Amino acid sequence: MKFGVVVFPGSNCDADCFHAVQAATNEPVEYIWHKTDNLEGFDCIILPGGFSYGDYLRVGAIARFSPVMDAVINFAKGGGLVLGICNGFQVLLEAGLLPGAMRRNDNLQFICEDTFLKVENNGTPFTALCQENQVLKVPVAHGDGNYYCGEETLKELQQNNQVVFRYSDSTGEVTPKTNPNGSIDSIAGICNKEGNVLGMMPHPERCAEELLGNADGEIMFKSILATWQRRVR
Amino acid sequence: MAHQNDEKLKPGTWKEMGLTDEEFQKIVDILGREPNFVELGIFSVMWSEHCSYKTSRPVLNLFPTEGEHILQGPGENAGIVDIGDGQAVAFKMESHNHPSAIEPYQGAATGVGGILRDVFTMGARPIAVLNSLRFGSLESARTRYLFGGVVSGISGYGNCIGVPTVGGEVFFAPSYEENPLVNAMCVGLIDHQDIKKGVASGVGNPVMVVGARTGRDGIHGATFASEELSEESADKRPAVQVGDPFMEKLLLEACLEVIKSGCVVGIQDMGAAGLTSSSCEMASRAGTGIEMDLALVPRREKGMTPYELMLSESQERMLVVVKEGTEDTVKEIFTKWDLEAVVVGQVTDDGMLRLTEGEQVVAEMPAQALTDEAPVYQRPYSEPEYLSEARELSLVNVPQPDDNEKVLMDLLAAPNIASKEWVYRQYDHMVGTNTVVRPGSDGSVLRVKGTKKGIALSTDCNARYCYLNPYEGGKIAVAEAARNLVCSGAKPLAITNCLNFGNPEKPGVMWQFRQAVQGMSEACRQLNTPVTGGNVSFYNETRGTAVYPTPTVGMVGLIEDLDKRCTQDFKDAGDIILMVGETKVELGGSEYLSVVHGMEAKGTPPELDLELEQQVQQSVLEAIQKGLVKSAHDCSEGGLAVALAECCISGGIGAEIYSIESIRGDALLFSESQSRIAITTSENNVAELINYLTAAGVPFTRLGTVGGSNLKISLLDAGCATGRPRTVINLPVSEMENRWREAIACLMK
Repeated sequence: MKFGVVVFPGSNCDADCFHAVQAATNEPVEYIWHKTDNLEGFDCIILPGGFSYGDYLRVGAIARFSPVMDAVINFAKGGGLVLGICNGFQVLLEAGLLPGAMRRNDNLQFICEDTFLKVENNGTPFTALCQENQVLKVPVAHGDGNYYCGEETLKELQQNNQVVFRYSDSTGEVTPKTNPNGSIDSIAGICNKEGNVLGMMPHPERCAEELLGNADGEIMFKSILATWQRRVR
Repeated sequence: MAHQNDEKLKPGTWKEMGLTDEEFQKIVDILGREPNFVELGIFSVMWSEHCSYKTSRPVLNLFPTEGEHILQGPGENAGIVDIGDGQAVAFKMESHNHPSAIEPYQGAATGVGGILRDVFTMGARPIAVLNSLRFGSLESARTRYLFGGVVSGISGYGNCIGVPTVGGEVFFAPSYEENPLVNAMCVGLIDHQDIKKGVASGVGNPVMVVGARTGRDGIHGATFASEELSEESADKRPAVQVGDPFMEKLLLEACLEVIKSGCVVGIQDMGAAGLTSSSCEMASRAGTGIEMDLALVPRREKGMTPYELMLSESQERMLVVVKEGTEDTVKEIFTKWDLEAVVVGQVTDDGMLRLTEGEQVVAEMPAQALTDEAPVYQRPYSEPEYLSEARELSLVNVPQPDDNEKVLMDLLAAPNIASKEWVYRQYDHMVGTNTVVRPGSDGSVLRVKGTKKGIALSTDCNARYCYLNPYEGGKIAVAEAARNLVCSGAKPLAITNCLNFGNPEKPGVMWQFRQAVQGMSEACRQLNTPVTGGNVSFYNETRGTAVYPTPTVGMVGLIEDLDKRCTQDFKDAGDIILMVGETKVELGGSEYLSVVHGMEAKGTPPELDLELEQQVQQSVLEAIQKGLVKSAHDCSEGGLAVALAECCISGGIGAEIYSIESIRGDALLFSESQSRIAITTSENNVAELINYLTAAGVPFTRLGTVGGSNLKISLLDAGCATGRPRTVINLPVSEMENRWREAIACLMK
C-alpha cells in the first residue's frame, strides 16, 4: 500500500504524518508537491496540518486552488482514501469534499492540548479497527477548529452516521465541558457519505508512538492499512 | 565614480541618530572625510549598543567559551554544541524587549522570527523555541494587555511556522511594569558537515538577497533598542517590524534546501540593521569587501532611498554569498518556494563596503571599521545605593504564619508559581512530534529521531536575587538551569544568554552587569557549561528606573538514552521521598516574603556553594542513570512545600512528609535554599540509593512516602524528635491543583 502526504506551502505537519505512517504501518509513503496533478499509484492521500499559504484569508481557502486539489477531488470521487487532519480538514471543507465550515475557536485563542475522542462510527476505513464507542486520546492544536454547519446538514450528518468523532471525556461522555472549541454537536471529525474521505481537527500523527506518551493515534493508520488489505484481497 | 556627497550634514544629525560628537569625529578620522547621510546612518546603527556591544564587550570577555564539545562559540549567528554521532545542536537566545513594550503582538512575533533565522542560517533545522518573559503585576490592565499580546504574538508566529514552543518561564514583578522583557530562544538540529557560517569569502562570488522584499518598516530599530523607553516611545511604533511567519516558513525550507545543495559559501540573517549588518559583518569575518547595487534590491514600494534600503529591518530576508556560477540553481530553489533570490553584488578584495545605485556610488566605507573598530567603553561602575536598604531584613520582624495551608494555597495561586497552562496551551508545543516532556516540567525534553538521544532544554533567571545580589543571582541562574536539566536526566552541555539590564551609563547598572556576568562565568566554569553566545539588552528602563537585572540563561543538555529520562511527577504509592541538599533559613528575595508578607525583593538572597551544587547535580544525575530515581524536582520559588505540591499535582497523588523542625517552620517550608532536589525511589531501591548518596558525600534527608490523596506535612520538634508530630499542612491534591491551575486564567478573564 502506498501513502501520499501532500505538501502545500505552509504545511507543517507533513513530516510528522510521513513519520507516523511509517512508524505505524511500515508501508511506503511519499511527499506530494502541491503543484502535482497526478496521483497515480497512491492508495491513501493525507492532507496534513499547518497554515497553508499562511491562512491569512479564511483557513484553507487558497490551498483549495492548488493544482493538486483537482487531483485529490478526482481521487476521492474514484473511491480513494483521503484523510484531512487539522488544516487538511479545513482544506477538504473549502474544496467541497466535506460539508460545513470552520470558525475561530469560541475562546478566540489557539488551543494545543490533549482531547478525548469518542469514536461514533467505527465503520469507516479510518476507524475500522476501533471498538464501538472506543475513546481515543488525541491532541488538538488549532485556532480555527470550531466546526459549523446548517441544521439540515447536521441532520444529514447524524442520520448518515457521518459524525466519526466527538469530543468527550475519558469515559466517552460528551458534554459542553468536553468541547474545546465550540464545534456544533461537539464534532471533532466527519466523513463523506461514502466514507472514503475523513476530516478531523485532532492530530492522530502526534500520538502514534509510546515514546511521546501516547500511541492512541496509531490505530487510525493501522485501520487504513487493514481496510486496504481487505479491499485488495 | 561620483560620490553622492553634495548634501552637507546638518550639525547634530549624528546626535539624532544616537552618535556622540566623539564617535562622529572617529568616523571622520576613519573615512578621512565627513560621511554622507547614508554612511552616517550605517555607522550609527552598526555602532549602536545593540549591534556593537560597545559597553558590554569588555565584560563579556569574562565568559568561558571553550570546551571540547563546543563546535561554535560566540561571534556567529548561533552557538553550536556537539551531541555525538556527527550531530550537533545550534542554539541562541535574543531579546525583543522594546518592540514588545510598544506593540506586544508584533514585537514578540518578530522576536521569534529573528531567533529562528539565527538558527536556520547556520544550516540547522529549528526543533524548538523557548521563551523567557517578564511583566509587571497582573493586577494592572496594561500588564494584562502586554502579557496577552506577547503570548499571542509568540503563538501566532511559532505555531504558523511549525516549530514547537516547548517551554520557558514567565515571571511577574512590578519592576517590569513599563518595560516587559521578551527573550526568545531557538534550538536547531544539524549534522556537522552542514554547518554554515556568515562569511563572504571568495572574491568575485555573487551576493544575493533572498526572501521577502525590503520595505520601510523597522528603520532604525537597532538604535531604538539602544535607548530608554519614554513617553514618546509609542511614536516609534514604525520602528517595530511586522512579521510574516508564512514567508519565514518558505524561507526556512528554501534556505535549508539551498544549503544542502552545496551552492552556499556564507549566509546570514538580516536582523537588526538589516542589509547593513549582514553585509559588513559577512565581509568583515572573511576579511573581504562587498559591493552592492542597491537599485537591484527587491522592494515593496517605489521611491525608497539607499538610506531606507540599508536601514530597513523588514523581516524574513537573508543575505547569501554563493559559489560563482551557481546563481541559477539557487534561484531555481527559491522559485520553487515562490521566493525571490536576486544577485545584488559581489565579494571584493578591497575590504570596502561599497554601495551604488546604478553607476553612482552612494556609500563607501571599510567593512571592518563598522564591526571591529566600533568604540569600546569601559564605563564606570559602583555599587548602587538601593542595595543596603533593600538587603536590610530582620526576620525577627517577620511573623511566622499561623495557617501554613493558606500560605501554601496562596503561593500556588501566585502568578509566578501557578500553572502556566494558560500560556502554553496557546503554543503549539507538539508539532514536529519530538516533544517527549511537555512544558510545565523542570526542563522540556525532545527526542532526536532515529537515535536513542534526547535534548533537554531550560531557561532560568531569578531576577529578584539578581537585584539583591547580582553576583549570587548570576551564579544561581546558571546553576538552576543546569539543575532543571539534571532533573530530567540530562547532562548540561552549554548555555546561551540574554542579559537584560538598565542604562549602562549609570554606574549602578554597570556594577550590576559586571557582577552578574562574573557570577555566571564562575558557575559556567564549575559546571562545565561554556557560553556559546547570546545577546545584551541595555536601556531597559522607564522614566529613569531600571528593571531588575535579568541575565536569562538558556541551557541545552543531552540525554544519551531516553529510556533513562526522568520527570518531576510522583509515580506510585509507597515510593520513598528524599531531599538531596540542605534547607537553610534563606527567605531573602523569596516568593514567600513577596506574596505573604508584601516584601518584594527584600533581604539577602540564598547563597550558592558551587562545589556543593556540582556534587548534588552529579550524584542525582548518576542516580537517575543507574535507574534508582523515579522522579526528580528542583526546589526553587516557593521552597520545599511548593516543590512537593507540584510533584503531587503532576503525579495526581498525595504524599506524607515528616520533617524535623530544626529551623523556623516557615523557612523549612518556604525557604529558597539552593542546590536542593526532591527525588523519589521505589522501596526496593531505597537502601541502594541511600548508600549511593552517602558514598557520594552529598547531604540528604528522608522526607516521607508517596501515597494518598492529600499532601500532608508534619513537623517534629527538634528538641525531642520522639514527640508527637505537628501536622502543619494537610491539603487534598485536587484542591491544590484547582487553585494552581486556574489562577492565571482567572486573572486574565
